[in-house]
Amino acid sequence: MKTQPAMRYAEIKTSTPGYWSVLIGMAVIALIGFAAAHHMDVEGHHITGMSNQVVWGLPHVFAIFLIVAASGALNLASLASVFGKQAYKPLARFSAILAIALLVGGLAILLLDLGRPERLVVAMTHYNFKSIFAWNIILYTGFIVIVMAYLWLMMERRMHRWSKPAGLLAFVWRLVLTTGTGSIFGFLVAREAYDSALLAPMFIVMSFAFGLAMFILLLTLSFRLDQRELDASHLQRLRKLLGIFTAGVFYFVVVFHLTKLYGTQNHDFERFILAEGGIYTLLFWLVQIGLGNLLPLALIYAPRLQGSSSTLVIASMLVILGAFAQLYIIIIGGQAFPLNIFPGYAVESSFFDGVISEYSPSLWEFLLGFGGVTSALLIALLGIRVLPIMPEGLPAETQ
Amino acid sequence: MATELDNIELRPARRQFLKGAAALAATLVAPGVMLYKTGQASTSGQQLRWGLLIDTNALSEADVDACVDACQREHGWKAEVNSPTAAQWIRKVKLTDTESGHQRFLPMMCQHCADPPCVDVCPTGASFKRADGIVLVNKHTCIGCRYCMMACPYKARSFIHETLKDQLPVAPRGKGTVESCTLCVHRVDRDGANAVPACAEAVNQGGRKAILFGDLNDPQSEISQRLRKLGAVKLRADMGLNPGVRYQGL
Repeated sequence: MKTQPAMRYAEIKTSTPGYWSVLIGMAVIALIGFAAAHHMDVEGHHITGMSNQVVWGLPHVFAIFLIVAASGALNLASLASVFGKQAYKPLARFSAILAIALLVGGLAILLLDLGRPERLVVAMTHYNFKSIFAWNIILYTGFIVIVMAYLWLMMERRMHRWSKPAGLLAFVWRLVLTTGTGSIFGFLVAREAYDSALLAPMFIVMSFAFGLAMFILLLTLSFRLDQRELDASHLQRLRKLLGIFTAGVFYFVVVFHLTKLYGTQNHDFERFILAEGGIYTLLFWLVQIGLGNLLPLALIYAPRLQGSSSTLVIASMLVILGAFAQLYIIIIGGQAFPLNIFPGYAVESSFFDGVISEYSPSLWEFLLGFGGVTSALLIALLGIRVLPIMPEGLPAETQ
Repeated sequence: MATELDNIELRPARRQFLKGAAALAATLVAPGVMLYKTGQASTSGQQLRWGLLIDTNALSEADVDACVDACQREHGWKAEVNSPTAAQWIRKVKLTDTESGHQRFLPMMCQHCADPPCVDVCPTGASFKRADGIVLVNKHTCIGCRYCMMACPYKARSFIHETLKDQLPVAPRGKGTVESCTLCVHRVDRDGANAVPACAEAVNQGGRKAILFGDLNDPQSEISQRLRKLGAVKLRADMGLNPGVRYQGL
């Protein structure tokens, strides 16, 4: 077996005015997000687009995206530690810190959208163990602790041998975590849009794709910022992975809808999402399937575009765009479709029974969601500035 | 030593302080003791299960409106028309048979399930079912996550979207928490089996009983006897939640 020279890691050192203005700009956006959340807290949720019909809105789309992407971002580290793929080892540290950062950003949004965010301590001290939400509180905080320990074991040379079992624990934990996130919806038996065990594995495959897309964007960005060498061979490997994961998401979406389409009882719901749902139908075909699945797959697999890092970056952006559309349809489209309390009757009430619910996101929700994403990116970028996370360079591999 | 410190000048102030402290302690503890007692009283019943039997054949549109009005007066909530954020503890539902065109009206509220999904999903246990079957929200531990609203098959719950004032003592409500029909728990705890929820009171005028309140687990109760004789429907019975509110005439 050929021994490779030890990989050297270093903090990001760039100090150009452009770099700092980007960081400061991000900090300002994050602060605006917190201010928006505070405003929502003081005024009450009536200033948002959320209502008693659509109870979870845009903040939840952002939050679930970040939480799902967080567990997926850890994949690169898992490939090295758990599956022994040495080629991914140099990226393992960044994979871990990005996972933590994305999760913290997502949790911040979820917390700040609560009706009573100051009751966080209640949520941390009162547990109903039949609730998947209560389990998620434990799974999310546990994930942060485990991945932090895993990161330390990878970075401390004397502790290296422990990084493998820690990586295995983190891998198993993240699978359970994403199962928990998917099950928030999968366990909702009363709503036709959810109530499916398929949502748990679908969320896991979504996490692979979304997390990797975020990883690719931040990896290429930070290497470019610090003018470090990033050979095309490394990106090519990530490109293949992104292709497989994006195809995996597509597969799950097809199976999910085919299953629902087969049963007559779900025809109205499927007609709503796939044909007559207005914004949701448009988002589904154009953004989720077209721009989020098929176009990135074309960019990734087109023979003429192999080796082009810019198309990989564009494909990653498209995957993220599709991710937001997909989560918007799942979370908001699923609630907009009315509950079927009285089968066989046409229903009317003062409480919007039997009608498709309206939802238009408010600026506050968008600011909160965007602030959460920016916070996550800021944590990751500051992490690689203060800690030796990033390889000094990823040159072409000597075969 | 203590007597030395008990300086004559300080004594009145000290006495005042102790008095104040005792009064404060009493004010803080007394309601807690009372609540504890009430809780004990309401949960000590043997297999009690409060429920409602709603005879939709006996209810006109005006009757259902009267139910909603009575509930609003009793608990101090008001639903602005066409406001998607307004709370509605009880609502009038108009059903039209898609084949025959037959129409009827019914009041819809928390169904007080035996196996309530809202209780299952609540992360903090704020959503809970009392031993007597009444499903409530603990206003002190509800964090406002709205997961119960996602889980409820009956759309029975509302989130308080804005600051409220002039709440009634029987119905503590506050921005950022979730609420729903309490089955007039304050009346139940006061009157027991003789309790009549506000909605029932509004329509049971002149001896008729369009909405019947009672113990579903007591075979001798009027509600059980009527259920046995006339039968009734559980909404979304397919979900197996065993709601405590039953409908006749559907």
